[in-house]
Amino acid sequence: MSNFGTFCLLLALCLSLYGLFASLLGAVLKQHRIVRSAERAAIASCAGILLALVSLLYLLATSDFSVTHVAQSTSRDLPLFYKLAALWGAHDGSMLLWVFVTAVFSGIVVFQNRFRYRDMMPYVVAVLMFNLSFFLILNIFLSNPFNELVQVLPDGTMQKFSPPDGRGLNPLLQYWAMIIHPPILYLGFIGFVVPFAFAIAALITRQLGDTWIRTTRRWTLVTWLFLGVGLILGGKWAYVELGWGGYWAWDPVENSSLMPWLAGTAFLHSVIVQERKGMLKVWNVLLVVITYLLGIFGTFITRSGIINSVHAFADSKLGIFFLYYMLLVLGGSLFLIADRLVYLKSERRLDSVLSRESAFLFNNLLLLVACFAVLWGTMFPVLSNWVEGTKITVGPPFFNNVGIPIGLMLLLLTGVGPLFAWRKTSVESLKKAFLRPMIMALLVCVALLLAGMRNFYVLVSFTLCMFVLVTIAQEFWKGTRVRIGSTGENFARALVNLTLKNKRRYGGYVVHLSVVLIFVGLTGNAFNRETSQAMVPGDEMQIGRYTLKMTDYHEGDTPNYQYGRATLEVYSGGKLIRTMQPEKRFYKASEGQSTTEVALYSKPLEDLYVVLAGTSNDGKKYEITAHVNPLVWWVWFGAAVMVAGTLITLLPDKRASFATAQLTTAEAAAIETGVKVR
Amino acid sequence: MNSANWKFLLGGAVIIAALSWLGFVGFQESKSYYVTVDEFTAMKNDLHGKTLKIAGDVVEGSIERSGPGLEFVITHSGKNLKVRYVGREVLPDTFKGGSKAVVEGTLSEDGVLLARHIEAKCASKYEAEYNKKTT
Repeated sequence: MSNFGTFCLLLALCLSLYGLFASLLGAVLKQHRIVRSAERAAIASCAGILLALVSLLYLLATSDFSVTHVAQSTSRDLPLFYKLAALWGAHDGSMLLWVFVTAVFSGIVVFQNRFRYRDMMPYVVAVLMFNLSFFLILNIFLSNPFNELVQVLPDGTMQKFSPPDGRGLNPLLQYWAMIIHPPILYLGFIGFVVPFAFAIAALITRQLGDTWIRTTRRWTLVTWLFLGVGLILGGKWAYVELGWGGYWAWDPVENSSLMPWLAGTAFLHSVIVQERKGMLKVWNVLLVVITYLLGIFGTFITRSGIINSVHAFADSKLGIFFLYYMLLVLGGSLFLIADRLVYLKSERRLDSVLSRESAFLFNNLLLLVACFAVLWGTMFPVLSNWVEGTKITVGPPFFNNVGIPIGLMLLLLTGVGPLFAWRKTSVESLKKAFLRPMIMALLVCVALLLAGMRNFYVLVSFTLCMFVLVTIAQEFWKGTRVRIGSTGENFARALVNLTLKNKRRYGGYVVHLSVVLIFVGLTGNAFNRETSQAMVPGDEMQIGRYTLKMTDYHEGDTPNYQYGRATLEVYSGGKLIRTMQPEKRFYKASEGQSTTEVALYSKPLEDLYVVLAGTSNDGKKYEITAHVNPLVWWVWFGAAVMVAGTLITLLPDKRASFATAQLTTAEAAAIETGVKVR
Repeated sequence: MNSANWKFLLGGAVIIAALSWLGFVGFQESKSYYVTVDEFTAMKNDLHGKTLKIAGDVVEGSIERSGPGLEFVITHSGKNLKVRYVGREVLPDTFKGGSKAVVEGTLSEDGVLLARHIEAKCASKYEAEYNKKTT
C-alpha cells in the first residue's frame, strides 16, 4: 500500500511536469491541442494525488505502524476520527494534504476556464503546474509520508520494522478547532496561487486591464475568507486548549499566517481602485506576488525550523528549497513586471487626498506597514544572527506598540473610507455624512471618561467603534429609505433586497461591521484579570464578581487518557450560577503528556475561564487559576459576522461580468477540434 | 507629481515615522538574546544584565519543587545551567523532564537564571529515534 502511494505521487509529478512544459510549448507553437493535453494532464494529476491521499488514510485507519507517519502520529486506542485527522498531525502527511489541495485548486481553475481566456490559460496552467511540481518534489523526495520504518540489526543489515503501537496524536491537537484549523489555513495559504497565476499570465500576454482581477475575484475572496477563518480557529484553539487565558501570542507561526492575510486584505481593497479607476496597476501585480509569496513563506517558517517556535514542525532540510523557490518566483515576477511596465501605466491620477482613492491608498499603506512590522519582528532573530551573530528575539510589546495604532487607524478608515467620494470629496458632503457618527462617538467618549476610563487606547477604540458603527448603520438606513420610496416595500424586505441588489457594497459593509465587533472584543483585553490559588474541596476564591467554591476533586480513566477533575460552584451576588469542571488530562500514548481542559463560562460581557493548573507539591492541594476576560465573546461573534458578510459578496450575480471573455459554443467546439477561429 | 500625491506621501511619511518610533520603543522594551546553553556559557560575560532567552533540554529528574519556587537544570551540548522559575504563570503542560525548553529571564548574582517565562516543547524524542531507523 505504501509503495502504491509513492507510485501515485510519482505519476502525479510526471503529469504535472508534462502540464508545465506542454502548456508552454503549446502557447509558443500556438497549438491548441498541446495546450488541451496539458490541461488534461493537470486534471489527471489530481486523481493521482487523490489516490495517494486515500492510501495514506487507509494506512492510518488500519494502524499500519510499519509506515513512519502512521507510527509517529497515531496509536491503536485513538478514535477513528483522530486517526484520519492525523493525516496532518505530522509534517509528511500534512505536506500530502497541502499538495492535494494545491492540485484540486489547479484542477478546478483549469476546468472552470476550459473555454475561456484561451490566450492566457496556457501560462496560467504553467504557473499552477510549476507550483504543484515544486511541492510534489518536496513531498516525494524529502518528506515522503509513505516512508517505512527500518531497523538496523546488530550485524549492520537493515530490516523493516513495525512497532506494536504508535506514538499517538499529540494530545494538544485533539480538539475540533485544531483538527479543522490546518486544512482551512492551507486553503487560505494555497488559494492565492490562482490570482498569482492569472497575474503572471496577464503580464506575459500583456493583457493588463482588469480581466485577471475580475476573473479571480471570487478565488481571492474565498481564499481570504479561509485564511481569516483559519486564523480565528487557531486563536480559538489556543484560547480553549492551551490554558494560558489568551488567544494570540505573536508566536512566529501565528504571525506567518497573519502576514498573507494582511497582504491579502490590502489586495482585496486595492484591486477595487484598478477596477473602478484604472489606477495602481503595478501595485496590484506586486501585491498579489507578495501575498502569494507570504503564503509560501508561512509554510517555510512552519516547516524549516528557521525560527524557534513552540508549534513549528522542525525539518531544516526543506528550508533551503523553499528559499530558492521563493527567490526564483520573486526574481521572475519582478523581471516580468519591469519588462511590462509600459503596459501598467495608470489611467488616472490622484486628484485629492480627501477621496476614496486616497482612503484606499492609506488602507494599503497601513496594512503593508503592519505586514512588514510583523515580518520584521518575526524574522529579527534570523536577521540579527546574520548581522551580529547573536539571535535577538522580539516580544509582544513590539508587536502591540506597532499593531494597536495601525489597527485603530484602519478602524477609522473602515468608517470614513466608504463615505468619501471617488476623485474628490467636498467639505459640505463630509460634514453631512459625519455629523451623526461624530456626535454618537463623542457621546461614547464622554460617557467612558465620566465612568473613569483613562486608558488612551481603550477610549480611542470604543469611540471609533461607535463612529464606524453609526456610519455603517447610516449607509444601510439611507439605501433602505431610498428603496422604500421607489418600490414601496416594507423596511425589512427593502433592507434585504438592497443588500442583495448591491452584494459587493453591502456585503462589504457587513464585513466592516464585523471588524467593529472584533475590535470591541480585542479591546476587552485591556480589562483582563487573573488570579491563582491552591485549594482543597471546601475552599473559596474570589475573582471579579464571582466566588468560586471548590466542592470536589476526583480522578478517572478513559482508554485514551487519565484525568483529574475539579468541581467548582460559581456564585455571583450570593446566587449559584454555574458549576464548572476544569480538567487535567494525562495521555497514555504520548509518554503521559498532559493537557489542560479549560472550563469556560462565556457570556457577551465577559468570560470566566477556569484552569486546573496542577496539584501542589504535597499532593494535598489543587492549584486553580481563574481568569475574567471581558468581551472575548465578540471576537468569535465578529468572526461569524465576517464570514456571513463575505458570503454575501460571494453570492452569484445574475448580471455578472463573467460573460465578457466567454467564448461562444461554436468557438469552443472549434478549439476542441483544434481549428483556429480568430 | 501633483499636490495630492505630495500630501499622500507626506501623510504616509508621518505615519511611518510615528510607527517606527513606537516600534523602536517596543523593541527596546522586549528584545532578548536567544542562545543555547553552551553558547550562553561561552559568552556569559557579555550577556550580564540583559534579558536572555536560553534554549536547552530539561534534565530528567532535576526538577525540584521547593515551597513556592521551582528549580531545574537545562542542558545543551554538554553544558548545564541552573534555572529558578520566578514567574507567576502556570507552567505549560509540555514542561517536564526531557522536554525542550526556552527559559526567559536574567542572570542572578550566584549564576542562576531567574526565569520569568518558560516555553516548553514536548521532546520529539520518539520522532528522532524513528528517524534514525528510517533510511
